[in-house]
Amino acid sequence: MSSVRSQAIVGAVLLMGGVMGIAGCIDSAAPTVRVVGGDPRAGRLLTEQFACGSCHEIPDTRRALGIVGPPLHTFARHVYIAGELPNVPEQLVAFLQDPPALVPGTAMPDLGLTEQQARDIAAFLYEVR
Amino acid sequence: MRSLPSQAVFDPASRGADILSELSLVLTIGAAFIFFAVMALAIYAAFSAPRPVDERRWVVGGGVVIPTLVLAVLLIYGLLAGSALSHGEQTKALRVDVIGKLWWWEVRYQAADGSGWIASANELHLPADCIADLRLTSDNVIHSFWIPSLAGKVDMIPGHENRLLLHPTRQGVYRGQCAEYCGDQHARMALDVVVHSPAEFRQWLVRESQPARSGAGDFLLRGKRAFFSGGCATCHTIRGTPARGQLGPDLTHIGSRRTLGAATLENHVGTMAGWIVGVQAIKPGSLMPSMNVYAGDELRALATYLESLE
Repeated sequence: MSSVRSQAIVGAVLLMGGVMGIAGCIDSAAPTVRVVGGDPRAGRLLTEQFACGSCHEIPDTRRALGIVGPPLHTFARHVYIAGELPNVPEQLVAFLQDPPALVPGTAMPDLGLTEQQARDIAAFLYEVR
Repeated sequence: MRSLPSQAVFDPASRGADILSELSLVLTIGAAFIFFAVMALAIYAAFSAPRPVDERRWVVGGGVVIPTLVLAVLLIYGLLAGSALSHGEQTKALRVDVIGKLWWWEVRYQAADGSGWIASANELHLPADCIADLRLTSDNVIHSFWIPSLAGKVDMIPGHENRLLLHPTRQGVYRGQCAEYCGDQHARMALDVVVHSPAEFRQWLVRESQPARSGAGDFLLRGKRAFFSGGCATCHTIRGTPARGQLGPDLTHIGSRRTLGAATLENHVGTMAGWIVGVQAIKPGSLMPSMNVYAGDELRALATYLESLE
């Protein structure tokens, strides 16, 4: 094999590898959702403070292995909240503040969250993909 | 969020614990001093030029005289500390029975009106500046009662009653936990000790002695019915209702307790619901099954009813 040809083959392989590598960096999932006025770090701490893990599996959270409610590992990509509400920030923030008011049959009680706490937790959940 | 209860030997809050804390500190510092002195000598011996020494002075002085002096001082100090710890007979002490269970603590008081015994669980309330006479036992395996800020460990042995006299000196909340391996959930068998002023303690005991009070309303009534329809009365007692189960903790005033599951979870309507239907995921191996027999809104009603029992 000539040296030019082998160089061409190596170059082609590297080029394909580079293109595939860059393609892997582009997030092909849904665009990241942001919650206005919500702090995801505060939200994560709130999930520990309110022991949300007693019912839900939540990533990066202590003692969060509950099996009463759905696991929240990919929550940002879920289509529905509690099987009924569209998973958008306004609905999530309202749901967190009073779940039975929005989904009457839900097992999730009203935990007395303030609106700011609901925004922070929603911001955290939208980072969980 | 509540600040964490104190759980530290070196943060004593009772007459016995402060003696033990001081003893621990003296022994630690004394031992550290001796350790560093010996190490310094060893290093010096290793790095200095060899030369003859008076063996008898070192062997007799360092091996007999010094240890005898140090240990004699420590012995006298220890004996004095030990005698300060014993209280002698206490006729006016508050008698509380604590029984180690799998994996929770049953706590029994005499009712405020003297009419009998009332049971609670996982939380011990005591008055400050009064001596409490704790009777400790178990009806299953060996547990050990340990509240580091209040006293040393005392084993709870089936068929045998151990006695612990506690003299708390500071109001506050102190955490304790089981200190003798007792099975699957030994690591989740903790309890809170709440030390009140004597007047507050009296108020607490009066409230705790009363039967369950729950508010009115359809939702709470639905919750109460769910308690019975789900079979909870088989294992739990709620004084003032027909529920007289003896296998699990008394729930008469569950709404006013700080935690659930022997200090495993905070106590609010959400964790209560999660515990009832999902206890085996939170504390696997517990003797309570996950009671997943409720519809979603029924579960909320039940959890709200239980939280109303303050």
